[in-house]
Amino acid sequence: MRVERLVSMANDIGAFFDAEPDKAEAARSVANHLKRFWDPRMRKEIVAHYESGGEGLDEPARSGVQLLAGAGGP
Amino acid sequence: MYALDHVDAGTPSSPSTRLVTLDIDGVTVTVPEGTSLMRAASSVGLQIPKLCATDTLKAFGSCRLCLVEIEGRRGYPASCTTQAADGLKVRTQSPKLAALRRNVMELYVSDHPLECVTCSANGHCELQDMAEVVGVTDTRYGLTGANHLAATPDASNPYFTFDPSMCIVCSRCVRACDEVQGTLALTIQSRGFASTVSASQHEPFMTSECVSCGACVEACPTVALTEKSVIERGVADRAVTTTCAYCGVGCSFKAETRGGEIVRMVPNRDGQANHGHACVKGRFAFGYATHPDRITTPMIRRSIDDPWQEVTWDEAIDHTAREFRRIQATYGKDSIGGITSSRCTNEETFLVQKLVRAAFGNNNVDTCARVCHSPTGYGLKQTIGESAGTQRFDSVMKADVIVVVGANPTDGHPVFASQLKRRLREGAKLIVVDPRQIQLVRTPHIEAAYHLQLRPGTNVALFTALAHVVVTEGLAREAYVSERCEADSYEKWKQFVADPRHSPEATEAVTGVPADLVRGAARLYASAANGAIYYGLGVTEHSQGTTMVMAIANLAMSTGNLGREGVGVNPLRGQNNVQGSCDMGSFPHEFSGYRHVSDPDVRSSFERAWGVPLEAEPGLRIPNMLEAALDGSFKGIYIQGEDPAQSDPDTQHVTAAFAAMECVVVQDLFLTESAKYAHVFLPGSSFLEKDGTFTNAERRISRVRRVMPPRAGLADWEVTVRLANALGYPMHYRHPSEIMDEIARLTPTFTGVSFDKIDRLGSIQWPCNDAAPEGTPTMHVGAFVRGKGKFFLTEYIPTNERTTRKYPLILTTGRILTQYNVGAQTRRTRNTAWTSEDVLEIHPHDAELRGIKDGDWVGVTSRSGEIVLRADVTERVRPGVVYTTFHFPESGANVVTTENSDWATNCPEYKVTAVEVMQVNEPSEWQKRFRAFTDRQLELLKGEQPAHV
Repeated sequence: MRVERLVSMANDIGAFFDAEPDKAEAARSVANHLKRFWDPRMRKEIVAHYESGGEGLDEPARSGVQLLAGAGGP
Repeated sequence: MYALDHVDAGTPSSPSTRLVTLDIDGVTVTVPEGTSLMRAASSVGLQIPKLCATDTLKAFGSCRLCLVEIEGRRGYPASCTTQAADGLKVRTQSPKLAALRRNVMELYVSDHPLECVTCSANGHCELQDMAEVVGVTDTRYGLTGANHLAATPDASNPYFTFDPSMCIVCSRCVRACDEVQGTLALTIQSRGFASTVSASQHEPFMTSECVSCGACVEACPTVALTEKSVIERGVADRAVTTTCAYCGVGCSFKAETRGGEIVRMVPNRDGQANHGHACVKGRFAFGYATHPDRITTPMIRRSIDDPWQEVTWDEAIDHTAREFRRIQATYGKDSIGGITSSRCTNEETFLVQKLVRAAFGNNNVDTCARVCHSPTGYGLKQTIGESAGTQRFDSVMKADVIVVVGANPTDGHPVFASQLKRRLREGAKLIVVDPRQIQLVRTPHIEAAYHLQLRPGTNVALFTALAHVVVTEGLAREAYVSERCEADSYEKWKQFVADPRHSPEATEAVTGVPADLVRGAARLYASAANGAIYYGLGVTEHSQGTTMVMAIANLAMSTGNLGREGVGVNPLRGQNNVQGSCDMGSFPHEFSGYRHVSDPDVRSSFERAWGVPLEAEPGLRIPNMLEAALDGSFKGIYIQGEDPAQSDPDTQHVTAAFAAMECVVVQDLFLTESAKYAHVFLPGSSFLEKDGTFTNAERRISRVRRVMPPRAGLADWEVTVRLANALGYPMHYRHPSEIMDEIARLTPTFTGVSFDKIDRLGSIQWPCNDAAPEGTPTMHVGAFVRGKGKFFLTEYIPTNERTTRKYPLILTTGRILTQYNVGAQTRRTRNTAWTSEDVLEIHPHDAELRGIKDGDWVGVTSRSGEIVLRADVTERVRPGVVYTTFHFPESGANVVTTENSDWATNCPEYKVTAVEVMQVNEPSEWQKRFRAFTDRQLELLKGEQPAHV
């Protein structure tokens, strides 16, 4: 899939959870959302993009994807 | 004329719980206080003659046929306007009453000769019936006096005629328009013998304010107002009770037939969603079901450039199964998927998702709710614990303040709008939140207390500002919140919304709504004894659709407006079975009953029932499938009853994705826009051709019953069963009731549902289980489904779709009364007499700046594409905003909409597209290509290879 579209979608998710003052919780929420609602191929692609620098990923989308990457993979 | 099998009680029922007992013709009768003598008599089988009375309208007392005698009282009171009381002794028959009634009837007959044999209502006319009942076959007054027999009929309406010569001026039509529909389009003009029914200012019905709901036609006791279909086909001889297949109101109808042919649809007075009312679509627009465009033979082709080849069902099903298995063998198990339909039954929807999960072996199943109400499912589940509206429609009759946000009920949900208007006429206050001046803002006898005419895309800022007022002015119901909501989430939310940056004054620059209006509206809603919120796609179809649903839930929780009659959060669902298709497990991440596929207990219950291992990971959503098709990892799709090539955003993106697939299977009634990109066409069946259930916006499960055989030989559920069997996954259902039994076994909120119980109760609102064996009209009573209600922080985040100098206007889209969704049904009915094209509404100021006059052709250009529409210069839209509908494929409204979508659900942002509008004199390039492609596909449909290919 177009990685820029995945980045855009991840950033939208991150922007919602960014209202949460506790940024660690916000990152967990992003990761959880990706895990529960994104098809595995999409998660693999966003994690691969993150691992290759994650261009375009805002906070806390980046933090969320980082958690996803670290939690036993996407 | 009312339904064939309706026994009319004469006046409405009384809601009183106090009973009175009286004697009627020697029979002891006990009825609720407030019941008319006429209805009391009817309750024990005594039918008092009547003409101006019917049980959907208040008593009127004009025809003088229903006179009775009451012991100890003088005169002959009308039984329709006299209430039952303890100890009354009533006589409905006596020589004097008979003489009085005969005399009245003779006067009627002197102007309405009983030439019944040649009348199209013969055998189903109340004047004819009453003449017989009172023993009148002729009139002493003769037929040579003054009469109306030469009056000119009005046949302007496509669906009914008005013949004044047949009118007895009983005012039932006028009262129906006032009391039932609430349009007040009809009146009685002149006085005495010159009295005549008049539409608007004595205009033809077609050009009057009449909205063709048909309430007047049904109320008419004679043939004065009659369906043209009755005139053409004769009075029906059979009726089947079923459920409408248009909007999410889910009206119950009697489908009346003669010789297997539909004569008319009559709204069911016992219908629990509609109480005997209907709209122009449900009542009249059923002609599509027998339209010659219906495709009734399966077809296949190798590529979309090849002619279609008609095949047998077996050949089509076997070919589809072979193609899907070939694709999976080549590209992997996850390279195919399916889309369920909100126009199909619960049972059909359940089977399609089962087919995908069990036979395809993946979770790549989605439904068209993705593009309308998916944020409702997500947002309400998170905040209050269940993905559904909280009330029944009747609840609105107890609301004191009603907020309508991002919905246009008079057009989108007309029957509910009539009920809403009744409540508003009783004195409830209305707050409208909408960029457009929808009809509810100001309509006869109704004016909104507040119209918050916000800029499209700023819902969240506005609702957070409303919450700011509630919190900072001490209007929150703290005791309610403390008892029913999570304390920490509430405290965090309170602190969040109280921030001055969320005040109405601070957000005015964003929303465009004056701060004092926001404060006034917040105070009105928060201080209401019962405040109810109704919303539509103007809430969900935004990049912050889910955030807005949460903001609505936050506001309702903070003001204590959930968990009883008269309040609630009420999504108005677009299509007939949006709620049901979501309930049935159509989303790629969850099984029926909104349970995540990763839950091992839930998954194992399905694995045991279905006998196969199931995937624990979420599958692809519709937009993800399209993306995956373009990257080459998704190659085949089974689409039952949906048309993404017209309904989904960024049309060119959608059609490119279809063109990239190797096997597109479309099951539908017509060669839809998506079917033009298909390799297999499986003929669908209309709602009149099958059994099943639909679930409306109030969670009401109602029966769909077969009125005629499937024109292609198979109902949709039978096609899915055959496809599963061909794929090697056995399905053995003999009737849709067995599918519902399986749903009930596997879904905790449906355990008490069965066809038998629905037949017995009329309908059932889920949850229906041991805790609520007859269903649940109001949810969250006493406690929220999730336990404690949870508040979410709703930061306003502007959409990425920004206006610029190049695209300075915001396009927002919606629907109109006479057309429905992609128009595949309503375009193939006489509804095109009202609307035959999509137009662009533009404010006079914006039009003048661009030199655009009403009716000009204008180009609408966005970052996605360009279309050409005719301009409608109107103040319904505010400056800076333009509006159109998406009912006609050649308009291509979704060519200009973008890929922006809701953060949580990918629901497209249909409501905000930055555009420029300018005068043009020819169709857009897309429209030229569309026309050529369509022409070619229509030639291929005939089995012909176009010469130029």
